[in-house]
Formats: sequence, C-alpha cells, structure tokens
Amino acid sequence: MMADMNMIKALNSALEVQLEKDPNVLIFGEDVGYFGGVFRVTDGLQAKFGEHRVFDSPLAEGGIAAIAMGMGLNGLRPVAEIQFADYIFPAYDQIVNEIAKVRHRSGGEFTAPLTFRTPAGGGIKGGHHHSQSPEAQFTHTPGLKVVYCSTPYNAKGLLTAAIECNDPVIFFEPKRCYRGPFYGDPHNVPTWSGHPDAEVPEGHYVVPMEEARIVREGEACTVIAWGTMVHVCEQAIKDSGIDCELIDMQTLVPWDRDTVVNSIKKTGRCVIVHEAPKTSGFGAEMSASIQERCFYHLEAPITRVTGWDTPFPHTTEWDYMPSPERIAAAIKKTQEE
Amino acid sequence: MTERVTATTTPYTIGRPPFRPGEEADFGGKFKEQPGDLNRPDPLTCGAQDTVAHAVGLVRVLDDNGIASGEWDPKLDAETLIQGLEYMMRLRIFDDRMIKMQRTGKLSFYMRSFGEEAIAIAQTMALETQDWIFPSYRQPGAQFVRGRDMVSMICHCIGNTEDNVKGRQMPVHYTWKEGRFISISSPVGTQFSQAVGVAMASAYKGDDEVCISWLGDGTSAQGDYHYALNFASTFKPPVILNVVNNQWAISTHANLATGGRTFAERGLAYDIPSIRVDGNDFLALYSVTKWARDRGAAGLGATHIEVYTYRAGAHSSSDDPIAYRPNEEFKHWPGGDPIVRLKEHLIKNDMWDEKRDEALAQKIDDEVMTSYKAACEFGDLASGPYPPASTIFTEVYETVPWHVQEQREELGK
Repeated sequence: MMADMNMIKALNSALEVQLEKDPNVLIFGEDVGYFGGVFRVTDGLQAKFGEHRVFDSPLAEGGIAAIAMGMGLNGLRPVAEIQFADYIFPAYDQIVNEIAKVRHRSGGEFTAPLTFRTPAGGGIKGGHHHSQSPEAQFTHTPGLKVVYCSTPYNAKGLLTAAIECNDPVIFFEPKRCYRGPFYGDPHNVPTWSGHPDAEVPEGHYVVPMEEARIVREGEACTVIAWGTMVHVCEQAIKDSGIDCELIDMQTLVPWDRDTVVNSIKKTGRCVIVHEAPKTSGFGAEMSASIQERCFYHLEAPITRVTGWDTPFPHTTEWDYMPSPERIAAAIKKTQEE
Repeated sequence: MTERVTATTTPYTIGRPPFRPGEEADFGGKFKEQPGDLNRPDPLTCGAQDTVAHAVGLVRVLDDNGIASGEWDPKLDAETLIQGLEYMMRLRIFDDRMIKMQRTGKLSFYMRSFGEEAIAIAQTMALETQDWIFPSYRQPGAQFVRGRDMVSMICHCIGNTEDNVKGRQMPVHYTWKEGRFISISSPVGTQFSQAVGVAMASAYKGDDEVCISWLGDGTSAQGDYHYALNFASTFKPPVILNVVNNQWAISTHANLATGGRTFAERGLAYDIPSIRVDGNDFLALYSVTKWARDRGAAGLGATHIEVYTYRAGAHSSSDDPIAYRPNEEFKHWPGGDPIVRLKEHLIKNDMWDEKRDEALAQKIDDEVMTSYKAACEFGDLASGPYPPASTIFTEVYETVPWHVQEQREELGK
C-alpha cells in the first residue's frame, strides 16, 4: 500500500514499522514522548507503544548519547533524537571517542547499534544555532555511518536501513524539507503533496545506505548534492538550461564513489553543492577523491558551491545558503572550459 | 499539592507531569510555606549546612493577601517598589506587542517571559550596576533595569539595519555590553559555567563585581550546570547561580528532568549555600539575591538559588502548550501572578491605586508603540531593509582572512 506522505509522516512511519517489528527498538530524546517531538516526527508513537519504548529524556545531549550507547551495548537498538543538529555538540565526546570507536577498541567484542536522528540545515530563519549542517564533523570520524535524506521516500527507506544497521548512524534530516521540497525561493514553498517522491509504501522497505540516487540523468555536467540542496540544484539545473546529471548522495559515509566517478567520466564536469561551510566540508573530500580517479576525464576544474566560511546568519540567510543563481552560475562556468 | 501519580515505575521510572490535557489542574490551593517560616542567616557567616531548611522549603515575603513579613522582608521604599512594578508591567506589555508582531511576520520568532517577569527584574535590581548578567531566554527584563532603550531591543528582534547583533541571531538573543548583559545562546546552559569564569576573573582582578546567571529546570540536566556548581564550589568566586524551575522545558515537565525533590538541594552536595525562593514574589527574590550578593562581595563564594515559578505562556512562538498541559493551567499556580501580587501589596500599603496603575499601563503601552514604530523605521524582517550581506563575513575573526574575503567578493553584495 502506498500513501502520500510528507517527510515527517514518512519518518514517523519508518519508526512505527521498526517499533512494531523489533521489541529492542526504543525511541527517546527531548520532547519526543508525549508531545511527539518539536517537529512532530514521533507524534503518536508513545500513545501506541507505551512510555517505556518512546519517552522524553532529560535535556542533555551528552547524556542522551551515552545512554543510547549503553543500551546498544546491552542488546537494544535505540533511536535517539537530537532536537537540532546544532545541539549535538555536548554529545560529541560520546559520539566521537566512545560510540564511533567501541567496536574497534574492544577488538570487536562490543558494538553499539544505534541511530541519532537530527534535523539539520537552514532555511527556517533559525540563525546560527538552528541552521547548521555539521555532517563533516561526523564524516571525519571513522566508525560512524553518516546519512542525509532529502525526500519522504528516501527518508523512510534510509531511516529503516539505519536502524537495522549494526553500526552507529548519524541520520540528518533536512528540516527545511520536512513539509515540502525547497527550490531556493522562500516566497514560493510547495508541499510534498503530489510529488512523486512523496509516494511512500506504508510497510517495511529499505533504501540501501551507501547508494547514491541519480535524480536526473544528463550529459554536460555532474551536479552532486544532499539534503535540501538536492532540490535547490534541481531548480538551478532548470535555470541553467544545461543538461546536467544530478546525484543525491543520500549516504556520505561510506559514499557511493562508483556512481559519482562513472557520471563524471561521462560528463567531464562536476559541481558539488552543500550548505555547510566550504573549508573542510565533505565536498573537499569528494573533490580530492574524484580528481584521483577522473583526472584525465575532467574538462573543467571541480567546483564547489557551499555555505560561506562564517557562522550561519539569521536575517541574511538567503545570502548564505547556496542559491539557484549561484549554482547555475557555477554550472555554466564549467561549460566555458 | 494534591497526591498524584507522577511516574510509572516498571521496568524503569518514567516521570509524569501532575496533569495532562483534559484533566483539571489542581495544585492544592495556596503554598503551605509561609513568610516567616525560614530565618535569614547572617550572609557573612552562613555555610551550606545552615541552608538545609531553605533548600527544601520556600523563602517567601509576600503572603497570599499581599502582606510582607518575616526576616527576609527587604523593607524597600515605595519608590523602589513602584519602579519594580513598572519594569514588570513594561516587560509584559513589550512581550505582548512583540508576539503580536511575530504573528504578522515582522519577526521570525519570539519568547515571552509571561508569569516570570519578577525574576530577572527583582534580581537585577538587587545587584550593583557593575555586576555581570549571564541570562537564559526569560531574563530580558534585566535590560530594562539597566536602562536599555526599547527601540534598540526591538531593532534586534526585527533584525533590521540598526540591530546591534547585525541580523546574525534569532530574536530575543539580546547582547548588550554596556549593560554587562552577555549574548543569549540557544544551546542552553552554556552560560552557567561561563559565569563562574567571569566571577573568577573579577576575583583575580580584585574588582567589586558579582556575576549572576540563570538556567531552567530542564537545562539543569546539562553538564554545564554541574560544571558550574563544581567549579564554584572549588574556587568560591562571587557568583549567583539560579535554576529557574518554571515546571516546563518545552513539553517536558520538571518531573522528567530530575528524580530529586528540589533543585535547590543539589547545591548542598557541592557545599554551596542553597535557597529555594518563590519566583513570583518580587520582595523575596530581591531579598535572597541581595543576600547572595553580600556573600559574593565578601569573598564567601557562590550561592545556589532555585527560583520556584511557573511558565505561564508557551515556550516560544513555535509551540502551543495545550498539546501537553491543561489549558490555562497557570491560573491554578499557587504563586499567582507576580505583577498582581506586587500591585496588591502596594495598594494595601497605600502606595498605589488602580487609577495610577491604569495610567501607567497606558503610558507604557504608548511608549512601546512609539518605540516599535521608531524601530520599524530601520526595517523589519517582513519587508527589510536588512543589515547588509557583508555582515555575514565580518567579525568572524578579528580581521577578515583571505579565504573569507574571497567568498565575500564572490557573493558580490
């Protein structure tokens, strides 16, 4: 059975299916229980599955991370919410030094299969503490898998894969796209209703991690994005009038290098787009890897269009986030070489 | 409070708020604790062990009929009390105007101090002007006490060209160096341990300064709260550490934030004198804070205060509490309304009357409207103009490094 779902409903559905399927799955975090989360992703789950499986935690991300690890060590499969990705840093020590490394440093004796869901990215006038996109802080930590969904369909399928994965997963949800795809125009924001990617199976399915998604096939330039930027890139490609191939990475660690490399061998050109700052962003890693494998196929320098190397602003956020104009200009520039 | 099931206990305990939507909120009438129940220890000899009763009891000065009594009565003159009333009324009227403007898109977000107006105002009035303020969200009232211009505050909230934060932060994230009011931060609780560092610097420099900080019952679960208490206990700098227990952290009740009895009691384990005070009682708040300042200024270290109150409004413009608590639960709060309580006290003592009250409310309302219009002259979030895009790139570092300069030129605005 398929249903028309926005991203919030799709994520909720993934959690519901998991709670039904596996008694070891637990959900907790700030305001996720009775209230159902500040973005409503866990709405109704406590009422259905009880307050010991879906509960509000004290307001302490470091504690949430450590408790999730402990539960994971002892056979449970916790799915904890960090209310905003900007708030994940009190948990950074637990995630980087403990959760990411426990399998390795225990010689494989202990593992912590857990998922941290966290809304990320800008476009909601959240200023610098409700808008950041800190994926690179986690892609740089061996032991973690890093996922960034972009549509209702892949949100549910990827979250399912993340929860069923035996490695710890940091699962970023582009909050700007919870209720609709965002094409870069804050004055014209559609809902998901009627979008092909809002057709979501009601039951269990998996979108495999580690596989990128080709959103649009093209010959002239490969455009790579994740999260909200996938939709902004769609608009930019339209505006540019250039026949681009658009790749939604979906998973950043491990990333689907073959799909990217094969595309660039075809197009000879590449634009990488992310909201996070440029310096040490994941685009830098991709760019380096791409040139190692595609050097003789490249017809133009690999270009990055990213957030600036500054804190994320409030009133001027549209000058910060990569816009269709900036991305289209970068695409056109690759054609000049 | 009436006996309620406030937790399920198997297989592990999950706390519950006393009431949920659809239930009748009933906190058992008025507080059992009365003014005069608790002595006022000598601030210059008091140790943590002398405040055991204060950490589980409730310091009150105003009783339920508006009469002040007991050792904690600060015996303030009429002028000071009327000034306090005016600041509180100003904050409530200001908040009401801002939330209306938020609904029209003039600002992106807002947080009211509704029901908690007495806290920052009475406590800041009890301090000296050189003392440092490390607030959380619901202490903007401290700025009124320190004399901040409302136009400047509104310019920040609507993110216009005169915003002293240059459009960088969400509304209500005030910063105001002149008033020694440090920038409010969304990652809650971070200011609490910073405040201890500020106080250590004051002590190191030999300056007569005390630092005050606040965080919420929910936030007291964060490590920063515990770091603050432990460093304050260890180094004994002049700092006043307040947990504002307003019962609610967004939808999460204090019963889910701690398994302990009172928040104040935690300070005793750190050997810090700890006092629980009625947060809707202007006089008690003033008095306890003055006492804590005296201790700090005398080199006796930190005081830990639980401000016992109720968040009468929503957490912010982004939530609606009827989803998780009875509608108008605040009307049943035993502490009542802090503004009404001080007003009744003043009237009872022939310092105030309804006519003057109405006239003052009207005067403030006019000032807020005038200030609002003056602020909008510089733009608002709905229609601009905004601070220039160049403000994205400045003040990231002391000087703009080459890579940021290149990006600024790339944006070209």
